[in-house]
Amino acid sequence: MADGVNRSVTERPIVGPTRGRSVLSRRRFLGVVGATAGTAVAGVALAESGLASAGATAATPAAAHQWAFMVDLRRCDGCQKCTQACQQEHYLAKEQTWIKVYTMTNTDGEQYFMPRLCMHCQNPPCLRVCPVGATFKNPEGVVLVDQTKCIGCRACMAACPYEARYFNWGPPPAAPTLASQPMPEFPVPQLQGTVGKCILCVHNTDVGKLPACVDACSMGALYIADLDADAAVNGLGETVKFSEFLQANDAIRYKEELGTQPRVYYILGHGQDLSF
Amino acid sequence: MVHDRTVVLEDVREAALRPMGRSGWRFWALAGVLALVVVVGAGAYVYQLIGGLGTAGYYDRGFWGIYEANLVAFIGVSYGGALVSAILRLTQARWRAPITRLAEAMAVFSLLVGAAFAVIHLGRPDRMWELVTRPQASSPIVWDFVAVMTYLVATLVFLSLPLIPDVAVLRDRFSGTAGWRRRLYGALSLNWRGKPGQRRLLEQSVTAVAILIIPIAVLVHSVLSWAFAVNSRPGWDSTIFAPYFVVAALFSGVAMVILVVAGFRKAYHLERYIEPKHFRYLAFLMLTLDLLYLYFTFTELLTEGYTLNEQVTPILTQLLAGQYAPFFWLFVVGAGIVPLLLVALPRTRTVPGIVTASALVVAGMWLKRLLIVVPAVAAPLISGDWGSFRPTWVALSITLAGAAAIPLLLMIFFKFFPILSIYEMEEMAAEPVLEPTMSEPAVPELVTAGVVERGIR
Repeated sequence: MADGVNRSVTERPIVGPTRGRSVLSRRRFLGVVGATAGTAVAGVALAESGLASAGATAATPAAAHQWAFMVDLRRCDGCQKCTQACQQEHYLAKEQTWIKVYTMTNTDGEQYFMPRLCMHCQNPPCLRVCPVGATFKNPEGVVLVDQTKCIGCRACMAACPYEARYFNWGPPPAAPTLASQPMPEFPVPQLQGTVGKCILCVHNTDVGKLPACVDACSMGALYIADLDADAAVNGLGETVKFSEFLQANDAIRYKEELGTQPRVYYILGHGQDLSF
Repeated sequence: MVHDRTVVLEDVREAALRPMGRSGWRFWALAGVLALVVVVGAGAYVYQLIGGLGTAGYYDRGFWGIYEANLVAFIGVSYGGALVSAILRLTQARWRAPITRLAEAMAVFSLLVGAAFAVIHLGRPDRMWELVTRPQASSPIVWDFVAVMTYLVATLVFLSLPLIPDVAVLRDRFSGTAGWRRRLYGALSLNWRGKPGQRRLLEQSVTAVAILIIPIAVLVHSVLSWAFAVNSRPGWDSTIFAPYFVVAALFSGVAMVILVVAGFRKAYHLERYIEPKHFRYLAFLMLTLDLLYLYFTFTELLTEGYTLNEQVTPILTQLLAGQYAPFFWLFVVGAGIVPLLLVALPRTRTVPGIVTASALVVAGMWLKRLLIVVPAVAAPLISGDWGSFRPTWVALSITLAGAAAIPLLLMIFFKFFPILSIYEMEEMAAEPVLEPTMSEPAVPELVTAGVVERGIR
């Protein structure tokens, strides 16, 4: 289970910063990644916490990172900037809310907000039911869809317990002419008749940038995390030691009783009952 | 049960080949209307291919809907055709002879239509070949594909085997003529001469296929149900789904056999061979399956609802008392209770009464399939509003085209092949009845019937 200990971390090439906040956060984040992974403390801590078992079991040795995500519900004000940023980033239609902010009601009748992205399950039901293997998990633990293989049967939409998958029911919005064809790591433009979903912005994390939603969250409620480095960072540039933060704040994983082993962790709000 | 006696029933041959003669205006009018419906559906499909599945009314909280219900419903009625014929053959029910051909042909054509809906429902049908080139064994969709293809081969064999001696009859009829018919029937009859060895081989093969087709059909419907039941989605994740689907298929299939038999009996005046007793026997089979299906429905609702699971309860509430309740109770009364009464009461246990009951069952079971697919998809899994699947004219046109294609294909098929199994009816006549099993023997009146030489015009 502690195979994260020996995993070497190679720095990825860093492209020039495009947005003000991400300069700091990226540097601090990558700094933490480098520092902690070298000491191998992170892997042990994660393994002992029990929270990272999913990542450890599913990892492919070659991966430099094991991406995860954290949503601090105490901070979410429901502004939906994450949704907008995501849709801009991937040139999505309005209905395609790869990160969607649900309005929930707790047992006291109080409303709260819950952003839901793809849970990047390590035991993904969507992956199993795909008849042609168009859905796959990359070495860094991110669940992706190859839209050039998808036959559009929607079995994955039936299987996903999180409503995280969206279908291109008609022609997708026009995207600027790109040098490359749509690919699983950057499915832009979307292809009609195929399924799309959150890709955890692997096209950004690959080059040391934050996912669009994390970057856009001015409340700092969304964190991208690396299980190997045991670090998580939000759009405000705040970096935390992931395993300790999860433990200290009683993190949960949504519907984990279904055996999906999600990689998205939620920090519940002040005494709020989320009725999961 | 090979015997030496051979009987030629000229009146049976005339009746069996009747549809192959010159067709009246009624035939062409009906065929024209059905063909028009199919053409409109084909046009709608082209429109859907260009505009995407959204044009059919699909959206994210209605990602499965009418096509998936059609797929299950049409493959389901196909099952009925194959099973009725297989079970009657294996139990050596002598009354089966005039209806096996109709049942087996219906099984093939409704399966073709059902399989077509599996293609129509895809977002990218152009990549269908990937099911062959890069199948993923863990996917129930792949299981479906394999099972349906196997079943298609089985139904084709099941239709063609008993057809061989009948095609030989046609071959002999057209032997003097020049043209495609002589060549076609000559090739298809596989040199059938009615020799004892050939008859024994045919009988053994048909029995083998009749035995094989039962587990294959059970498997097809179980696998179809697993495409739903293996998901954690509330309303589908049920251990009872496989047998539930199998019974549904049988129930709707027997009803469909009755409708097809009734339609062609009336159109080609086959009343002398297909008698009210055939309808009564099939209706009793349907009644048994009706009770079985209602029982399955009840036990599913009870076990799912009793625990008041917060994921499942909203779906059951919507089904029993919410937006889907009118449809659900329409199904229970229209396709469950009314057909039950129509068949159970001697006064309505007539051919029109039984046909009415069967029409209600076929329509109601299609509705039931929609009620299995739609509410589970429409239910919010996290929070928010319920979805509602609203099929557009595109979806409805394509669905109607599928429904019209079955009678049309059957009408075309029987322009080329005998509508009654000549061989089986003559075999029955030749076989001595060993024990008086039924009060209404199926065959003797055929033997005594006037033997009239009447060629096809």
